[in-house]
Amino acid sequence: MGAAVTSQNRGGTEPPSDSVSAARLAMAELLLSSEDPVECARVTVDWLVQRGGARKAVCALIDPESGMLQDVAASGVPEGQLETLHLALEQPDHPLVFALAGRDPVSLARQGRRNGDPWRHDFLAIPLPLSEKREARQGLLLVSPGRCEAEAKWAAELLGQKIARLRATAVIVEGEHRLQRERELLVNIINASPDPILLTDPEGRMIISNARADALFSSKEGESEGRHRAVTLNNMLFSAALSQQAIDESGAARRELLLVSPSEGSDLLFELLSSVVQHPREGTCVVSILRNVTDLRVATEQIEENYRLLKLAEADVRAERDRLDLIIDSVADPILVTDPSGKILLMNSPAERLFTAPASDETAGAERAVRSNDAYFSSFVSNLFLTGAGLRWRGEISLTDPSTLEGLPVEAVAGKVLSEHGEVTAVVTILHDRTEALEKGRLYEQLKAASEQLEEKVREATAELVRRNELLQRQHLELEQASQLKSQFLANMSHEFRTPLNAILGYTSMLLQGVSGEMSPPQKNKMLRVDSNARHLLSIINDILDISRIEADKMPLHLEEFELGSLISELLAELEPLIQKARLQVLTDVPEPPPEVHSDRQKVKQIVLNLLTNAIKFTPQGQVRVRVRCDDERRELRISVEDTGIGIAAEDQDKVFEDFRQADSSVTREYGGAGLGLAICRRLAKMLDGRVGLQSQLGGGSIFTLVIPRRGKRR
Amino acid sequence: MTGTNDAGRKPLVLVVDDFADNREMYSEYLSFSGYEVIEARNGKEAIDAAQERLPDIIIMDLSLPIMDGWEATRRLKADERTRTIPVVALTGHALAGHSKGAKEAGCDSFLAKPCLPDQLVAEIRRMLATGKATVIKATKGAR
Repeated sequence: MGAAVTSQNRGGTEPPSDSVSAARLAMAELLLSSEDPVECARVTVDWLVQRGGARKAVCALIDPESGMLQDVAASGVPEGQLETLHLALEQPDHPLVFALAGRDPVSLARQGRRNGDPWRHDFLAIPLPLSEKREARQGLLLVSPGRCEAEAKWAAELLGQKIARLRATAVIVEGEHRLQRERELLVNIINASPDPILLTDPEGRMIISNARADALFSSKEGESEGRHRAVTLNNMLFSAALSQQAIDESGAARRELLLVSPSEGSDLLFELLSSVVQHPREGTCVVSILRNVTDLRVATEQIEENYRLLKLAEADVRAERDRLDLIIDSVADPILVTDPSGKILLMNSPAERLFTAPASDETAGAERAVRSNDAYFSSFVSNLFLTGAGLRWRGEISLTDPSTLEGLPVEAVAGKVLSEHGEVTAVVTILHDRTEALEKGRLYEQLKAASEQLEEKVREATAELVRRNELLQRQHLELEQASQLKSQFLANMSHEFRTPLNAILGYTSMLLQGVSGEMSPPQKNKMLRVDSNARHLLSIINDILDISRIEADKMPLHLEEFELGSLISELLAELEPLIQKARLQVLTDVPEPPPEVHSDRQKVKQIVLNLLTNAIKFTPQGQVRVRVRCDDERRELRISVEDTGIGIAAEDQDKVFEDFRQADSSVTREYGGAGLGLAICRRLAKMLDGRVGLQSQLGGGSIFTLVIPRRGKRR
Repeated sequence: MTGTNDAGRKPLVLVVDDFADNREMYSEYLSFSGYEVIEARNGKEAIDAAQERLPDIIIMDLSLPIMDGWEATRRLKADERTRTIPVVALTGHALAGHSKGAKEAGCDSFLAKPCLPDQLVAEIRRMLATGKATVIKATKGAR
């Protein structure tokens, strides 16, 4: 049947009748007056059913967006059947898709695939429009029954062309609309930019400019003169910048551009970023973006200034820090700065010596010492926070010197460093070596102990001294008592000697005087010996008594004025018997007038007597001379006794003045005497502030000289 | 060489000494020399004898038992009856203090033992010749 239809369609080109022509005209007019494809389809479907002889007609168009076939107008076809027209065109074996691609109307009765296909009975499918190529097909026109094939083909052609035209127009309009929207968007975008944006042609004329650019580069009528001038100046500056850039470089470039604000007249600094683009019509154009960097410049300068200040401040801080480092390093005591957790932030070199392990791996001991020091120190700092006591804390820590591993007792003084909010930001601790202090303390203790010992010793010594003093005093007292006793004893002894001696001498004297009758010469001779010995005994007793009196200081001085001549005469008179007996010549040599002297007459007499007695005793023959001389210069008196006797050897001359001494012990036996005479003389002379001197030589006689002051002084 | 006084009788000498040999020796020699002698052995006897016999001169040993010579002399010199009798101290104590003490006690003269009998006689003569004047002078001074 399809072929028949085809032949019929080809036969449809025959000229239509007048009524048909009128109907076609009405239809064409209707289509011409409509601009809507769906309306056109409706008009066409209605026209076919009403005037074209079709019983049923459906128009389905390809939806340009989804690409699917969709019914748009139908007449005499139920709704459910119309839904089967919704087809995707990617099914080439579908009768409708097939029909859509063909060059002729297709009878669906032959082409129906399934029995249930509603379109397989008598629908004829005509592509819209049939004359165009497959790609330009707009849809299908389905008509039943097929007797009106010619009218349907004509209407399909007309509708197809009309819809193709309408759709093409719609696409253009749509494109223009889209173009307009995009342009507006673009303008909005570039206007939204805070930076002026311009597109200029090769001559520098502005093609596009945004609102910010307009504010700088364009002016309107009625605006101020200043603004006009500013805009003119800006345009010149901008053009100059662009041309300069064109000369300098090609492509995108960045430079600074100083413009004038037309509204305020102030300088504005822009960064000009321009790049060359190819314009389809204008050729090579330049897109320029200006960025206002006036504030940025100011900000930059501010930042640079700030940076410079910061650098200076930093240098200051560094210098300060260096100085601080120098200072705390120069402090001999270790100084540590820790954060509140006890971490060491800063320490000086003395502290480093204690709290930093030595670089060399000398000893494990040093490291151990450092760790121990660290632990002690941390404990100290944490104590500071545990006790919370004030800002300062003082304590003692036993550290170890890592270099010597010796104990290092230190006193630690810690201070909290507070922020302005009163929070502890750091703790500064100064350690002070207490070794010296402890040593000093120890030495002080030793000193104190020694001092106490000394005091004790002094006390003891003082007590001993007192004891000894008391002893001495007692001894002195005892001595005095003893001396007293001795003197007393001597006095008593003297008394006890004298009492019997007195009787002996008395009776002897009486016998010799013949009180009891004359004695025979031998008796008298013997009695004389008794007398002589008794007298000798008496002289010894007297001498001893004299010495003991002098020693006991009980020999009083009786100073008086006397004349020496008479004293000598007196002596010679007393010694006359002795002189007679010795048969010696005794001469005196006393100056005229005889000198006077102030002294103890008795003692002077005793001394001279003694010297004369000795001289007589030790001079077997010759003479004895008593010579008195005054030494006016020394105010002294010299009484010398010279003899021509046996003399005294030089080595014995000192001895003769000693107690109980004679130059030769044999002398005592030969000459008698106790040997006390010169000893007494010397003592007596001393009492008179004088002396007894001796010049002698053995066998050559002797000269004893008593020297006394002319005027003796009472002692 | 006798010691007769103005009245023609022998001068009476009181010899006071506790040591019999000395006392008797002086007594014998004084008798030999023409004096009448009475003896006393201590101060007490000396005072009694002096008050009883009022001797012309007293030879007084100083160290005496019962009452010593100083005390006896003081008492004699304090007694109106015996005050004018010269007292010659005669002692074996040869120390200076003794003669001083004796003078203070009122002794008119001082002799140290040993004193030979002829020395004693010489002193007695001297005292009897001048002694009373001394005593009178002393008595005058006391008044």
